[in-house]
Amino acid sequence: MASGEALVRVQNVHKVYHRGNERIDVLRDLDVNVGKGEFLALMGPSGSGKSTLLNIIGGLDRPTEGGVEVGERRIDRLNDGQLASWRARHVGFVFQFYNLMPVLTAERNVELPLLLTNLSRAKRKKQVETALALVGLSDRAKHYPRQLSGGQEQRVGVARAIVTDPTLLLCDEPTGDLDRKSGDEILDLLEGLNQQHGKTIIMVTHDPLAAARATRVLHLDKGQLSSEAAA
Amino acid sequence: MKYLHLVWANLRRRRLRSLLTVLSILVAFILYGLLSATNKGFNAGVDLAGNDRLVTIHKVSLIQPLPVSYQSRIETLEGVDAVTYSNWFGGIYQDPKNFFPQMAVDPAPFLDLYPEYVLSPEELEAWKADRTGAVVGRALAEKFGWKVGDRIPIQGTIYRNQETGGLWEFNLVGLYEAGTKDADETQFLFRYDYLNEGMGGSLGVVGWYIVRIADPDQAPQIAEAIDSTFANSPAETKTTTEKAFGQAFAQQVGNTAAIIRAVLAAVFFTILLVVGNTMAQSVRERTNELAVLKAMGFSNGRVMALVLAESCLLALVGGALGLLVAAILIQPVGKALSGFLPVFYMPPKDMAIGIAIVLLLGLVTGVPPALQAMRLQVADALRRA
Ligand SMILES: Nc1ncnc2c1ncn2[C@@H]1O[C@H](COP(=O)(O)OP(=O)(O)OP(=O)(O)O)[C@@H](O)[C@H]1O
Ligand SMILES: [Mg+2]
Repeated sequence: MASGEALVRVQNVHKVYHRGNERIDVLRDLDVNVGKGEFLALMGPSGSGKSTLLNIIGGLDRPTEGGVEVGERRIDRLNDGQLASWRARHVGFVFQFYNLMPVLTAERNVELPLLLTNLSRAKRKKQVETALALVGLSDRAKHYPRQLSGGQEQRVGVARAIVTDPTLLLCDEPTGDLDRKSGDEILDLLEGLNQQHGKTIIMVTHDPLAAARATRVLHLDKGQLSSEAAA
Repeated sequence: MKYLHLVWANLRRRRLRSLLTVLSILVAFILYGLLSATNKGFNAGVDLAGNDRLVTIHKVSLIQPLPVSYQSRIETLEGVDAVTYSNWFGGIYQDPKNFFPQMAVDPAPFLDLYPEYVLSPEELEAWKADRTGAVVGRALAEKFGWKVGDRIPIQGTIYRNQETGGLWEFNLVGLYEAGTKDADETQFLFRYDYLNEGMGGSLGVVGWYIVRIADPDQAPQIAEAIDSTFANSPAETKTTTEKAFGQAFAQQVGNTAAIIRAVLAAVFFTILLVVGNTMAQSVRERTNELAVLKAMGFSNGRVMALVLAESCLLALVGGALGLLVAAILIQPVGKALSGFLPVFYMPPKDMAIGIAIVLLLGLVTGVPPALQAMRLQVADALRRA
């Protein structure tokens, strides 16, 4: 168990999907705590429920049973609208395939989450510049995603995830589509965010080398934790 | 407002598709504008017709004349304020294609009954002083380049001047102006006594009578009184309000309003499908992007609004340009059609309806994809990506 206070408490979470008559128990009575300032890696075979767990913690999906508390907040009890504004304030997502808007420049992509705030245009611009500088892409602000390499696109993705300074950074296979070198750059970035900026990060990965960067690794198998190892 | 660039960027995603959609909306609204003006042209006479004017025609048909003696008999009837006559001439100026109506009238009483034809007192005096004088609408004068003082020859078809073998010459003594937007500025008015004289001085009949009544509410009773006065005479009459008369005339041209409405309905239905299809495709293509927006914290309502804004912007760009182009085209098109449709403009009411249709188009085509975007489940959509 992580030291310090837990930021995320997943308690007795059960998640069931129905596909036709078939019942799939994706998560079974899962208990996970993630401490503030932790960098947690989630590993496990394909279909073991990693993404499902990440989505439940990030408020994109709801548990069938059990509770999810993030920073004193029972997010499984929020309605769709409350959940949306909660995500806007507290969560940043990084996706495997970057998921940038192809029609917007890098800076406009990074600005998107800030549109939901009351910040003035000038303040938004300033914050976008800071985030892009942090990922080392200040010189690519006006580039469109198609003009960037995969690694650069993912760095824009990270900038977009942190631009609102969220409580929690959730990354689903952030290096899954990148070569080793670009992947390492992303991992350096995440490590820096964790160590220098105290960001709490949960990262799903298949790559043991990526998991090695985390402060803790959890293995998920058939919806249950199989073992826990300190990095 | 801060979302505008996002909406705009999405429209520019598939430039060609957006352009074609905008063009089809544009064409539809140009058509709307021109048809609205056409409809106005057909119905202008009807709208203008005051209910205080009655028209008395021959019971059998408009073409049959009525005796001149009827005027004094109508004048004596209770509730009748003023009476004058008009007579269709049907002549040709240079070429049969140069069609415009020519009417033989009694100048002062005629202008008294038609205050919407505005003639200066000096020109009226000149007309009264010159038996061969004629007065034309300003638009008609412009079309043929006529100026006051010109001599205008017109070939009679129904009326053949005995000395000249059918050619009549008129002195242009004045130009009248339309006092209201709907008034017809393409009439050629000349003196009945000149026509009568040319025909040997014993014409004895006129085309129809125009009767002004003191109280429009009494129109049915007075019309009845006029017609019963001439019942059982060789020339029985039929009296209606001018409005009804105009409508009957318009219906001879065909039920234009209904045809125009049907054409427009078909056009807008097609546009609805075109724009609807564009929007549906555009949203389907970026299910994934919409899911990412939601993951960021965009609420269902906000995502829905973004899609609606997109369809409305699409409709607005096409619709506004279309109405603008229509407004610009109406002048030259109206000029070209002036012989056929003297009044040709888009009434403000139709412009307002046009703008309402633009917004409606945007909303109706946006709602289905917007709802779809709203219902999108983030986790599912991201998994499918
Ligand atoms: N909406 C759904 N309906 C039915 N089954 C689902 C649904 N979402 C997920 N599943 C199933 O739940 C299981 C776990 O899915 P999940 O995406 O969490 O796995 P994962 O560990 O992230 O796998 P991967 O490493 O391949 O990404 C899978 O068997 C998947 O098919
Ligand atoms: Mg997964």
